[in-house]
Amino acid sequence: MASPTTYTLPPLPYAYDALEPAISAQIMTLHHTKHHQTYINNLNAALVSQATATSKNDIVAQLHLQNAINFSAGGHINHTLFWENLTPASSPSAQPSSAPKLVAAISARWGSLEKFQEKFNAVLLGLKGSGWGWLVQDTESSALEIITSKDQDIVPAGKKPLLGIDMWEHAYYLQYLNDKGSYAKGIWQVVNWKKVEERFLSGVDGVFGSLAGLRSSI
Amino acid sequence: MSTTLFRTSQAARSALRAGASKRAGAMASTSFVRGKATLPDLPYDYGALEPSISGKIMELHHKNHHQTYVNGFNAASEQFAAAEAKQDIQAQIALQPLINFHGGGHVNHTLFWENLAPSKQGGGGEPTGKVKTAIEAAYGDFSSFKTKFNTALAGIQGSGWAWLVKDNETGQVQIRTYANQDPVVGKYTPLLGIDAWEHAYYLQYQNRKAEYFAAIWDVINWKTVEQRLK
Ligand SMILES: [Fe+2]
Ligand SMILES: [Fe+2]
Ligand SMILES: [Fe+2]
Repeated sequence: MASPTTYTLPPLPYAYDALEPAISAQIMTLHHTKHHQTYINNLNAALVSQATATSKNDIVAQLHLQNAINFSAGGHINHTLFWENLTPASSPSAQPSSAPKLVAAISARWGSLEKFQEKFNAVLLGLKGSGWGWLVQDTESSALEIITSKDQDIVPAGKKPLLGIDMWEHAYYLQYLNDKGSYAKGIWQVVNWKKVEERFLSGVDGVFGSLAGLRSSI
Repeated sequence: MSTTLFRTSQAARSALRAGASKRAGAMASTSFVRGKATLPDLPYDYGALEPSISGKIMELHHKNHHQTYVNGFNAASEQFAAAEAKQDIQAQIALQPLINFHGGGHVNHTLFWENLAPSKQGGGGEPTGKVKTAIEAAYGDFSSFKTKFNTALAGIQGSGWAWLVKDNETGQVQIRTYANQDPVVGKYTPLLGIDAWEHAYYLQYQNRKAEYFAAIWDVINWKTVEQRLK
């Protein structure tokens, strides 16, 4: 039996305290070294069990494991996209001017960047439970849309994620407590617009990078 | 269903504060339609469940999170009543997810506070009588039950609750998990609920949720569970 791919925690492209004051170093440290790491550990374990179940033709076990794989793989993919689309507020990439084509498309769709951000935040606050808010582009029509995904669901097929915001309570609770509105407002200071523009101009597989294969397997 | 959920008058609230432990029976006449939901008082101090649950968590959880569900439920109910008055069926249907979420959040948290108690008020230990019998019939012994319950809690993918429920058709008890604020309704009666949302433990336990699930058994109010099983 072939041994499955082992996934590892990608290093953050900035220091744990680099997103302060929007996101505290304590949150970033726990979120990356504990939460994200746990999704990866559980994914690797489930993939090993899956390989065993497959070699034994145990279909019931395979179906059970697929649920665990989808959740853990989604957690790994979503957090990887999230870290990449954040950057310190002092970085030039945090300026919307580093995403000229995307900002033009956003303004065409929502009237202005500010109106888009208001709409996006309203969608974030409307989530009922754990989940993510996304700016996506429909791969057929090229239209921009704001969508949510629950728990660790990845964005559906046919949508290319451009910007993802984690709305699980672990993403903000130590700093903002139940005031998720302030978290949603503050995070715009640390959005990596340069990265988001790159995704806008790239194909779907380019967005997922080394996780493109994992993404198409769930 | 506890009748503490939809209290109407200030006088009633004062009366309930005076006799907190007797509150459920006192309000049998309150009505879902006319009454505004209000935040019930906790039957113990915020710090009373320490060290299982910190006073800071209890205070935020009750005063902020639970209050937000109460407010959200009242707002959605008002909108629903307006849509009903206009015979706007589509608007009534569109409001269902909000009513389920905020109404569920209110019901779930109310049941949760009631099924917890500090050890000096009888919290913790093991169930006796009918509850013990029902749990042993379903799970063999209390320790196996606890292990299964904690496994169910740990397996929740996102926000949600684990409940010990009674199947109203068979009378048997079982462990079930519910996503987000989905309430235990219909075929099942809620007996014991544990909040597995991150806000329920994060300030104290961070990502170590298994420690929260282990510690909460020290503050379970088995008397309440027994009353609900009847
Ligand atoms: Fe997260
Ligand atoms: Fe009740
Ligand atoms: Fe809660």
